[in-house]
Order: sequence, then structure tokens, then C-alpha cells
Amino acid sequence: MSVSTKAAPAADQEMLISGCAAIAQALRLSDIDVVTAYPIRPYDTVMQAVAKLISNGEMDAEYIVAASEHDQFEIVKHASAVGARVFCGSSGVGWMYAMEAIAVTPALRLPMVALVGNRALDDPGAFGCEHNDALCVRDLGWMLTWVDTAQEALDTALIAYRVAEDRRIFLPCAIGADGAFLTHSEVLVKVPNKEKVDQFLPKYDRGDKMLHPDNPITIAPQVNEDWVMEIRKQNDEAMRRARGVIQEAYRDFHKIFGRQGGNPFVESYMAEDADVILFGQGTLSLPVKVGVRKLREQGHKVGFVRLRWLRPFPTPEVQETLSRAKAVGVIDRDYSFGSPNHGAVLYNEVRSALYDLPKRPHVISFVCGLGGREVTLDSVTEMSEILLKVAKTGKVEQPNYWIGVRG
Amino acid sequence: MATELTVLPTQNLEAFKGVKKLPVEEYFTSGHRTCQGCESALVMKLMAKAAGPRTVILGSTGCMYVANTTYYSTSWVVPWMHTQLGSSGSAAVGTAAGLKALMRKNRIKQEPINVIAFCGDGGGADMGLSSISAALTYPEYNFLILMYDNESYANTDIQLSSMTPYGANTTFSPPGKARRILHKRWKKNMAGMLAAGHPECRYVATVDASYALEMMNRIRKALTIGGPTFIHSLDPCPKGWDYDPIQSHDLGELAVETGVWPLFEIEDGVLKFYGKSKSIAQGRKRKPVREYLLRQGRFAHFTDEDIDYFQKKIDLMWDRWLIPGAVCIEMGDDIRKQLTRAEQEVAAAEAKQ
Repeated sequence: MSVSTKAAPAADQEMLISGCAAIAQALRLSDIDVVTAYPIRPYDTVMQAVAKLISNGEMDAEYIVAASEHDQFEIVKHASAVGARVFCGSSGVGWMYAMEAIAVTPALRLPMVALVGNRALDDPGAFGCEHNDALCVRDLGWMLTWVDTAQEALDTALIAYRVAEDRRIFLPCAIGADGAFLTHSEVLVKVPNKEKVDQFLPKYDRGDKMLHPDNPITIAPQVNEDWVMEIRKQNDEAMRRARGVIQEAYRDFHKIFGRQGGNPFVESYMAEDADVILFGQGTLSLPVKVGVRKLREQGHKVGFVRLRWLRPFPTPEVQETLSRAKAVGVIDRDYSFGSPNHGAVLYNEVRSALYDLPKRPHVISFVCGLGGREVTLDSVTEMSEILLKVAKTGKVEQPNYWIGVRG
Repeated sequence: MATELTVLPTQNLEAFKGVKKLPVEEYFTSGHRTCQGCESALVMKLMAKAAGPRTVILGSTGCMYVANTTYYSTSWVVPWMHTQLGSSGSAAVGTAAGLKALMRKNRIKQEPINVIAFCGDGGGADMGLSSISAALTYPEYNFLILMYDNESYANTDIQLSSMTPYGANTTFSPPGKARRILHKRWKKNMAGMLAAGHPECRYVATVDASYALEMMNRIRKALTIGGPTFIHSLDPCPKGWDYDPIQSHDLGELAVETGVWPLFEIEDGVLKFYGKSKSIAQGRKRKPVREYLLRQGRFAHFTDEDIDYFQKKIDLMWDRWLIPGAVCIEMGDDIRKQLTRAEQEVAAAEAKQ
């Protein structure tokens, strides 16, 4: 497999690279100290790009090919504890295999950044995109963001380090990237120069939390029943603070790089005056935006809102953007078997966020694009028509629909 | 050694010359909650003393985590961090790699820092075996993995691990009316297996805290030689083995004297027995295993037949294995003949001179 690894640019430069290679460029620019690799598609393209950067001398990091995903995440967890900036990632069942290490990382307040190249969980064996792998960290204390384009992937990786390593936060951050659609598609990406990145991203300073003979602390002692509540509460408070730190980071990023302006948490597309809004995350924004534009041409007031940060969940922004609509359709590339209304994960999150509003839109769950199935323009039209009917009649015939399923 | 391999220097830890010359400083002190007569706690104490103050210690889940690092009363004076049950290998690699990267980039002072990751037999020989095996293949990092083996999962109520001896009574293998022996597996040879399978690992040893000075010096040798190293210690456990805590040291000695626990080290591929195991390997008579087994409640259900079976297995190990305690392979006749012929040739050449 060929991997794009062009020479490091001296100044901002446009490169034709995949989403994974774009993240590798962000890692080079962030001066990563320790990176671990273990193969699983589709995330592994990022490690192939990193490996080439390291072998070419463009990146100076301890590069460790591990024996499993569990090893991978444990290795970087401990490297982070001694003060190294680290990166790793995985996909699908690989992400599951590492879950024990993933679960303890936020409790240890280690600011690891990881990539989830979203992939359906085996069995049945499939390489296609599905979000259930990354969603398993939803409740563990990880910050969780989804990117839409290779450019956003590069930028978000830089922002993720800035936020995770902020002393007010010290929480890990996972970047969800749709398998194949984002990880493998090559587009033109603006790669900034190192000076700008240095201006934006300070060195990781673990301070008095660093594990070193000069600072002989005990990390992760056994606490029995005495302290778990307090430790969880501290994690919760860090997650609450993350909201403000993310806003700061985007503001500075926009100032330095001239990109990623607007609302850091949600992207709103023709949603301001929309009667019905489609809501989702990741790369489905492309077909949905095209579909919305076509429907607008036909006179239907349809809009789209894309969620960028799932944790911390941007409740005010979601309320703000969705409350004016009559009906909202949440498109999920995931599923939560047996959940309320047999809906999916994002659907339940959105409904929960809207519950406290005095006037709520109807919310419908669309399970769509599982296992990498295309979200087509026809699907977008079908979903919009269901929503328009709900908006017109004010009646919800059924709370959820599987879109694009055969038979 | 590969030309591009950069290895950081290690600390030069010379062997302690006698008990009276040991430093008084302790790096594993009061505050722990281990049982009376706990040999594993002694292993921790000796390990930390042998390594000294410029050390980072990582402990995977096990009784030496649960009992020693209770919040507010940790007994570790050197920096210590918990790692997951099966991750002693990964923890060692991650810590060594992090330190190395930061030293190379001049973010912290360049100096040799000992990295030790310990694990119990459950975390090491069962769940964490793949992680330890992987760790021993990274020649560019300096660390020691120490597996303290009390032959059971000892912080969860004494369940059997793959290191539990044949037939022992554990909560997962209680003797009953229909089946007296529920656990019929024979212990793996961790040290032998890891030494045989990892050519980049320059030092592997078995130790026993009943011989404290020898044990500490082996830890110092492992940390000095550099690269990834592995030590396996046998730790009598009063609770799990069911005996009066006063006997811990005796049982450690008996394990060696009966030949159940051979003491050896493999340094740069060269195997040496040491201590009493050396004289056993040279022909000294072993004590009968009956003496060792019957002092432990976990073998109280053994009949004479079971003891004979155990004895036979130990005899087989010493009489027929290629390397007793390490390599459970017998020499085929043709190899034996070749060796004999080579010996004859050497003898003939020596006779000529």
C-alpha cells in the first residue's frame, strides 16, 4: 500500500493527502515523543505515514510497534505519565481489545490523544465505518470529537493536544474519523509550518504529577471505597472545564492559522430558518449537505447540524440550533440495541439535551449507513420527507427508521 | 548489535559484598498491609534496596499492589505507578521509552534511571505473558521485569494460576469427595521459556528471597547489564500455601534443597546454576519433596501416591531434561552420540598436548 509522505514543508503548504496522513502531519508538527502502532484497518494508515516520517528523519519520536492494541495503549499511558507527549489509536475490535487500558487513562488524568478510525465491530467481519467502537468511551471520561474532512482532522489533532494537556483538564481525547470515507480519501490539505504550531501548542508539562525519581509520587494507588466518588467527581469537573478550554483553543487556533472559525462544537448548515433539521456527525455531512441544498431548491425548509464534540456534549449549542425546528432527525452510524424507543446513541443524547426546553421539536431516530453502507442522496431525501411530514402534521408515526436496509 | 541501535547507559550497580555491607536505606518501608511472613513483601523490599533511589517502579495488579499502595499509606519511597494486570511488559517499555525520548530531547536530565516492572504469577505467566514476551524483544530500552511467584492469585482469595503446583488446594481447585486432585496441570518454566525465546534479552534468572544477598545481587546484575531483563522469584505465601508464617524462610530453602525450585541465571546466553542448585546439578543429593509438600496445608489431601508422582516429576526434571528447571526437552540419541564423540575428540586433543 502506498502512503503519501511528502517532504516537510518550510511554510504553509498544500498537500494531496488522506485523512490519516493529515493526522500524521499534525503529529510531526506537534513533536510527539512516543508513538505506538499495531495494525488494524482502517486506522493503521496513520501509522504507516508516521513510520515513513520517522524513517525519513522528519519526526523524532520513540516509535514502538506493539504486540497488541492493549499493549499499545498501556505503553503510551505509561510514557505519558513520565511526561512524554504520546499518540496511538485503533479501529473496531482493536479498540475493544485495548478497552481496559483505555478505561483507566482518564482516571489517571493522562492527556493521551488517540485516533479511532471508525469501523464496524466483528462479528460479522467488516471493514466499513460504524461509530459503536468509539462510542464505547462515551461514558469513561474521554473527550470525544468527530471530524469531517482531512483538514479538520489535522487541525483537530493539534487542538486535541492543546486541550488535553491543559493543566485544567489533563484528560485524554479521542478523535473519531470515519473509516475509509475520511481515513483513506485523499484531498488537498493545508499543512501549517512548525513555527505557527509552536505558537499554538506549548510543550507538555506534567509538573508535579510527573513520575520521576526527582518527584517520587505514587500514581494510581488502591483506594477501596474511600475515594472513588471524589476521584470521579474531579474527572467530571475537568470535563466541565473542558468546554471553556475548547473554546479558548479554537479562538487561538483561528487567530494563528485563520481556520476553524465559528462555533467549535457544532457546524450549522442552512439550519437557521429550517422547519426540519437533520443532525449527525462525521463524513455524512457531504451527502446530507448536497441533499439539503437540492431540497431547498425545491422549496423545502431543510437544514443540517453537524456535531463536532460529543464529549463534552455541547448542550447549549444543540438546544440553540435545534429548538427552532419543528422536527429533528438524528442520523446515527451506530446502534444501541434495546435503548429507549429502540433508537441509536446520538438520538438518545439529543433527545436528552432537548428535554428541558419549554418548546421541543419532535426528534426521530434514523439508523443509517451501518457497516460502511453509503448514505445516499435518496436516503437524505427519504429522511427529509419523513421529517417534513412530521412537521406538517405534528404527529410522529414511529420514533425510529432504518434507512437503506434491504427487505 | 544493530548499527543504528542507541542504548542509554545503565547504572553501575556493583554486587553487595556481604550482609554487613548493605546500605541501611530502604525504599520500600512501612505502611503496607501484607500478611505476616509474606515473602513477596520481602522481595519488594530487597528489590527496591538493590535498585536504589534513582529508580521508577511499576506494579501490575496483584497482592503487591492491593496490599502495598493503599491511598495515604503507600510504602513506596521511590516513584511508583500501577499498571493493569497483564501489562507489566508494556508499562516497562512505555516508561523506558518516555524517559528516553525526554532525555534525548533534553527535556529532563540525562542520567541512567532504573525501570522495574513487577507482576505476580497470574499477571505474568497467564494474562501478561504476551506483553512480557513482546517487551523482551526491544533491545533499545533498559528495564527489568520481576515476576514474584507465590503460585496463586493471592489477593483475590487464592485461586490457581498456571504457576500453581500440581494438585494444590486452591479455591478454584478444592479437593472433594469425587475428585481429590482437581488441578492437574504442571507449572510452566517462565525463566527458561523467556530466555530461550528472546535472543535480545541479555539476562534471565530465578531467585529465592531465602537467599537474600544472592537475590539482590542478581537484581543489580540485571539492571546493570541493560536492555530488557527478566527475573522470576519463588515466594512462599503463608496464606495461600497454608503454613505457620514462621516457616516462610525454611520453605524457600526447602524448595531449593528438594530441587523443586532450581536457582540459575542465564547471562548473555550462558547458563549457570548457583547456590545450592549448583551443588545439586553437580550431583549433591536432593532432599525428598515429601518434606516440602507436607509442611504446607495446600497439599494436606495428598496421598503417598500423589507425593510419589510429584517426586517422580522432579526426578525426571533433574535426570532427563536438557537443562533442569529451564528446558523440558530431552536429548535424542543421535545428539547424545554427537556430544559424546565431541567430548572424546576434545579429550584426545588434550591428551596430545
